Amino acid sequence: MLSIRDLHAEVEGKNILKGLNLEIREGEVHAIMGPNGSGKSTLGHVLSGRPGYEITQGSVEFLGKDLLELDTEERAHEGLFLAFQYPVEIPGVSNMEFLKASVDAVRESQGASAYDTVGFMRRAREACTAADLDQAFLKRGVNEGFSGGEKKRNELMQMMLLEPRLCILDETDSGLDIDALQVVASGVNAMRSESRSFLLVTHYQRLLDYIEPDFVHVLADGRIIRSGDKSLALELEAKGYSWLDDGEVA
Amino acid sequence: MSQEQIDRAFAKDYAAGFTTDIESDTLPPGLTEDTIRFISAKKNEPEWLLEWRLGAFQVWREMAGPDWAHVDYTEVDFQSISYYSQPKSMEDRPKSLDEVDPELLATYEKLGIPLHEQEALAGVAVDVVFDSVSVATTFRAKLAEAGVLFCSISEAVQQYPDLVRKHLGSVVPRKDNFYAALNSAVFSDGSFVYIPKGVRCPMELSTYFRINEANTGQFERTLIIADEGSHVSYLEGCTAPMRDENQLHAAVVELVALDDAEIKYSTVQNWYPGDAEGKGGIYNFVTKRGLAHTNAKISWTQVETGSAVTWKYPSCILRGDNSVGEFYSVALTNNLQQADTGTKMIHLGKNTRSTIISKGISAGKSSNAYRGLVRVGPTAKGARNYTQCDSLLIGDQCAAHTFPYIESKNPSGIIEHEATTSKVSDDQLYLCQQRGLDPEKAVSMIVNGFCKEVFKELPMEFAVEAGKLLEVSLEGSVG
Repeated sequence: MLSIRDLHAEVEGKNILKGLNLEIREGEVHAIMGPNGSGKSTLGHVLSGRPGYEITQGSVEFLGKDLLELDTEERAHEGLFLAFQYPVEIPGVSNMEFLKASVDAVRESQGASAYDTVGFMRRAREACTAADLDQAFLKRGVNEGFSGGEKKRNELMQMMLLEPRLCILDETDSGLDIDALQVVASGVNAMRSESRSFLLVTHYQRLLDYIEPDFVHVLADGRIIRSGDKSLALELEAKGYSWLDDGEVA
Repeated sequence: MSQEQIDRAFAKDYAAGFTTDIESDTLPPGLTEDTIRFISAKKNEPEWLLEWRLGAFQVWREMAGPDWAHVDYTEVDFQSISYYSQPKSMEDRPKSLDEVDPELLATYEKLGIPLHEQEALAGVAVDVVFDSVSVATTFRAKLAEAGVLFCSISEAVQQYPDLVRKHLGSVVPRKDNFYAALNSAVFSDGSFVYIPKGVRCPMELSTYFRINEANTGQFERTLIIADEGSHVSYLEGCTAPMRDENQLHAAVVELVALDDAEIKYSTVQNWYPGDAEGKGGIYNFVTKRGLAHTNAKISWTQVETGSAVTWKYPSCILRGDNSVGEFYSVALTNNLQQADTGTKMIHLGKNTRSTIISKGISAGKSSNAYRGLVRVGPTAKGARNYTQCDSLLIGDQCAAHTFPYIESKNPSGIIEHEATTSKVSDDQLYLCQQRGLDPEKAVSMIVNGFCKEVFKELPMEFAVEAGKLLEVSLEGSVG
């Protein structure tokens, strides 16, 4: 589904990714862990096409297409979703309005008919409940005055409604209390399917107690320096990242 | 339909109106006392009105145009303007939409304007004119039942001279300002509304339904009188770009709200803004003011997206105790458009209250200024004002300015002013794009959200159109 080869990227002239390789197949859940500044979040933004990130080398193929050739919104149309670490506010634009416009745009690009308003509202209310948000959130401005946890659950709600093929969760667990973490995790687990893949970007092992990954990768200084199964995460938790720096990799 | 039939259709409703008297030619350019005598005679006006116009002309000749506004434009040559032109005859109009500028049609299409309305707006000489006459006739019958008077001001001069004479110039005196004086001297036509005591106007009054609208010309004059305890909502303008050959528009609107009356005046202004280089756009220099008596309320709501240069300050004089003034405004400028707009709230009565919500949006290389005055007079005990003034910038070549003036002469007054300036942030755009929205749709959504507080004050049908209008007006504003 996603094939990243020798990816180099820089932000404001600074090299962040330095030859990253990653292969994600349909239905797989991958976790990327790593210390601060290792390039974890950059990877998510490079894949989703945030302006200001320059690809200097390498290639990314997503569902048979050259991802790097696509505009940001086209990547979303292809089924790539990024749950933001710090979702921004859009004052005055209601969540419902935003969700409908967004789902309509994606469906239209895929040649699917738009949901009728009543049908869409029903789906939105279901997603709202699944994300453990009060229905009132649908009427509020996008992220306007939401707490950190509410913003993350709002991202989850958007993800459920957009039904993407690849979900990238950028440190979704940061700033979440244990209850909210469980809500997000059960939402993700309910969405797991044979055709949908996940890339979890996280600093802590904690999230992986609730969402069991198929693969765990360690990112350091812009490259994946180690890959393994979920036991790698536990090992990291016990020994810390310095274990890798000082040990076999160095 | 033949010209004759159309003339008859008009004549039926306008027995005393000027439409029956259109044989004469258009006046050559130039402005002298004779010009004014000609206009007045053409309209068969009473002596007092001619004198009133001539008085205004005297004053105007001694005045200079305002130079304090934050706008920059080529000076108007008032001697090169024709001050009276007969309505365009059917032969001169386009025969069908095929003859209308395709760009204009494309905009109508985007705004979702029905075909017959497109024809009316583009001035096509077809049956639609007749349609609007019949719509207007039904409409008038309903109003007549309620005792509401709604007609052109020329007609009102003939039929209700006492009302016109009493109130014309009572809110905006002839010498108020340069353009108001000019308008008073040469005003062409406009609307007249009178709501009798205690009557709630049964429908929203819209210029769209007033026949003759096409002939109101560049010096429009509107007078709305709400008698004691009455209520009226008036809609002016239209979201579609209006076809017009006149570059200068200097209108005057006067509202009189007597005790316990309420007037809600909503405007959507979308005159031609000129091309991307700013060529050919309309200058819109308007004086709008309302006078509120005891317990009365005047509410202005405006969505300004058109014109090359806008100079406009719908204001309220809160003379009566407990009277209320409101101003809700969205002003959007794109390309090289310039707008200097805002309001004046003059508190004279006790416990008077005013609210100002202004949303300025600048895109392209445009300049957008809010200019507002809140004055609390010595007699205005317990006056309150709340002002919120927000500017939104799109791109990095546009400008937003805020010029709030506050004068308080009564220590018990409370005046609050809040102002913000923000940019459509890259992060907001990125979020929208990541969710599948293209950048233009994203900007339009963000801007609509920014304007929400004002849009909710608009009558329903206007609110929906206003959203679409912003979207069309912002086209090309994001790379």
